[in-house]
Amino acid sequence: MCNCNEMIPDMRYAALEKMLGKYQGSTGKIIPVLQETQEIFGYIPEEAIKTIAAALKIPSSEVFGVATFYGLFHLEARGQNIIRVCTGTACHVQGSGKVLEAFKNALDLAPGTMTTADLQFTVEPVACLGACGMAPVIMINEDAYGRINPDDVPKILAHYQEKDDKERCIA
Amino acid sequence: MHSLENMRLQFREAYNETKKQARVIVGLGTCGIAAGGNKIWDQVGSYIQTCGLDIDMMSTGCIGMCYAEPLMEIHLPDQPRFIYGNLDPEAAVAVLKRHIEEDKITPEYILAQDPRGFTAAANIDQLHDTPFYRGQSKNVLGRCGIIDPEQIVHYIAFDGYGALEKALSAMTPLQVIQEISRAGLRGRGGGGFPTGRKWEAAHNSPGSKKYVVCNADEGDPGAFMDRSILEGDPHELLEGMAICGYAIGADEGYIYVRAEYPLAIKRLQKAINEAEGMGILGNNILGSGFDFRIQIVAGAGAFVCGEETALMHSIEGQRGMPRVRPPYPAQSGLWGKPTNINNVETYANIPGIIRQGADWFASMGSENSKGSKIFALTGKINRTGLAEVPIGVSLRDIVFTVGGGVQNQKKYKAVQIGGPSGGCIPEEFLDTPVDYDSLLELGAMMGSGGLVVMDEDTCMVDVARYFLHFTQEESCGKCIPCREGTMRMLQILEKICAGQGTPEDLDTLESLCRVVQSTSLCGLGQSAPNPVQATLRYFRSEYEAHIYDKKCPAGVCADLLDITIDAGKCKGCTLCIDVCPTGAISGERKTPHKIDAALCIKCQACIVKCKFGAIAAG
Repeated sequence: MCNCNEMIPDMRYAALEKMLGKYQGSTGKIIPVLQETQEIFGYIPEEAIKTIAAALKIPSSEVFGVATFYGLFHLEARGQNIIRVCTGTACHVQGSGKVLEAFKNALDLAPGTMTTADLQFTVEPVACLGACGMAPVIMINEDAYGRINPDDVPKILAHYQEKDDKERCIA
Repeated sequence: MHSLENMRLQFREAYNETKKQARVIVGLGTCGIAAGGNKIWDQVGSYIQTCGLDIDMMSTGCIGMCYAEPLMEIHLPDQPRFIYGNLDPEAAVAVLKRHIEEDKITPEYILAQDPRGFTAAANIDQLHDTPFYRGQSKNVLGRCGIIDPEQIVHYIAFDGYGALEKALSAMTPLQVIQEISRAGLRGRGGGGFPTGRKWEAAHNSPGSKKYVVCNADEGDPGAFMDRSILEGDPHELLEGMAICGYAIGADEGYIYVRAEYPLAIKRLQKAINEAEGMGILGNNILGSGFDFRIQIVAGAGAFVCGEETALMHSIEGQRGMPRVRPPYPAQSGLWGKPTNINNVETYANIPGIIRQGADWFASMGSENSKGSKIFALTGKINRTGLAEVPIGVSLRDIVFTVGGGVQNQKKYKAVQIGGPSGGCIPEEFLDTPVDYDSLLELGAMMGSGGLVVMDEDTCMVDVARYFLHFTQEESCGKCIPCREGTMRMLQILEKICAGQGTPEDLDTLESLCRVVQSTSLCGLGQSAPNPVQATLRYFRSEYEAHIYDKKCPAGVCADLLDITIDAGKCKGCTLCIDVCPTGAISGERKTPHKIDAALCIKCQACIVKCKFGAIAAG
């Protein structure tokens, strides 16, 4: 068995330190710092909050306060593929609730959880994605899909499941 | 000061030259991409390449016809531009092939033609005569869908940066402000505050350091006007902000964009870089001595950051919580300095006013609301999309003429305007002119311009619950009326939707509305009760049906539904048995099936699956 899982965290913290170097001495940069942190880890681990606070010379509580205020910051590990289901008004009246349910069912998510146990997928209801003309809309990673119907869900998911299998094969 | 005029003539000529070149244009705004525009781009591109055709490809932003996305235009030399829609990649290639090889239009996919000075083809609607376009006056969106937003030369060719040039070379800052005031422009983000007065206050504030901030945190669900400008014509915003900088005496600008708009951020950044490269932004702009730089700040997902003081806190890197005003941003804004803050559409109106004059602008609109306004038409409407119409046209015109009426011949119930801060407008007020003041009288507001059409299948109690759920989640928690009040209101609405409402609930709801409205700190809380009040005002009978009869007339609230199978219509095909997630349906093949109400979770999957219309919810 490979031990890459044990290697990755160190590399990520090295990347974090390097990124923080750019922001040394600047004020008002907590949000971009957290955004970049999330790009590195996929979420914001507690350890990283302490590292950021030390580097920006502010209390951890302040970093934590900002991280918990904004909807786009996540304090728990998330799936490799993020499925954003738009719950804006237009999508709501066009049945986005059923699309959300279809994703949860297809991924067999336990009540109250949004991420699959194998960390492949996270389902996220989000505020308006701004493509209301195409309602209901979802985004998987950077790909937008419009006029979705609950029956389309397995087909769409299959596309990403296949891709993941391939990526894992290469690794 | 050096002039852009020679350059503009050159670019214009180069652009006209491209009319002699065969060209395919694919709409690649977020709407177009969501509908599969990228796949069309790839497939058509590889077709052109494999066949070695001499055809250019270009992408544009949204031309507003979201209902027909993905769109593709074909321009051949000396011919009108032909717009095809509702395509898939194979159809797009077939359409193109037929168009260029056989010189034939594919009737299933053609939407319209725009003669652009050439002889029009017979029997095809002209774009500007289509019902969707006829009532529109495209000022702010004039270039969207025409130019390539990633090429500054296109913007300049179409009069771009002419207003900035005019302001810097021929007008004093005060003259600029007077022109904006005289035009009667009011803020397009919701409140409708006169823009000229705002600029004047920032201009008059003492201090050598001032800021221009653009609110591009378009958070109203159901609104995407700003995204279309950012993606389709980003330079128009930059030009408006630079003119504002000149007028109030600021040398720095910030655009606060929501992170949900990655394409907009990318195009804006490219636009800023190109403008700096040409000396139109940065130090000593066009040799005038005026310096102005613009930075993008990506939001992090908080609706309350659309409130101006919260937005500035967020740019400063803090929790995006609003504060009490005064002091207003014009006195003490970003980092305590005088700041002017407007939204995207407001700034995008500026270049047109400066270039064509206040009188031109004021000739459109109604008594106290001038100019044109962009609306996002969504929901149960035939032609979803973006429409820019003169302020003061009636809602009926927007919904039924431009938007083509309600989908699937259903009955119109209401249009929701102004997002979570707005209200619903029923049939009897459809002839109301859409302007700031008339909408307020109806208990709605212009908001940023999202119009969500609702039909007879929409439950208005569910709509109120939906918006309260939204505001309750987005309440920042700083002031108690909003934090606790929206929570209590949501609980009551959930109770009513679940069939457990009592008559006293409506009184409690109404008194909570008044308290939250009058005592919340910022606009989010003050306007949070609007959707509840508006639905109670116009659709009280629906609330009462939920409370007294335990029925949801629109058939939306699951807990109040009975799912039944009509034995006369059921053919016993077993499709519903297979699809039922809880095994609530039983029956032998070819005999009518039955539903066990105790097991049924009312997901309605069976209704969708049944081919005979034998299952109904009521």
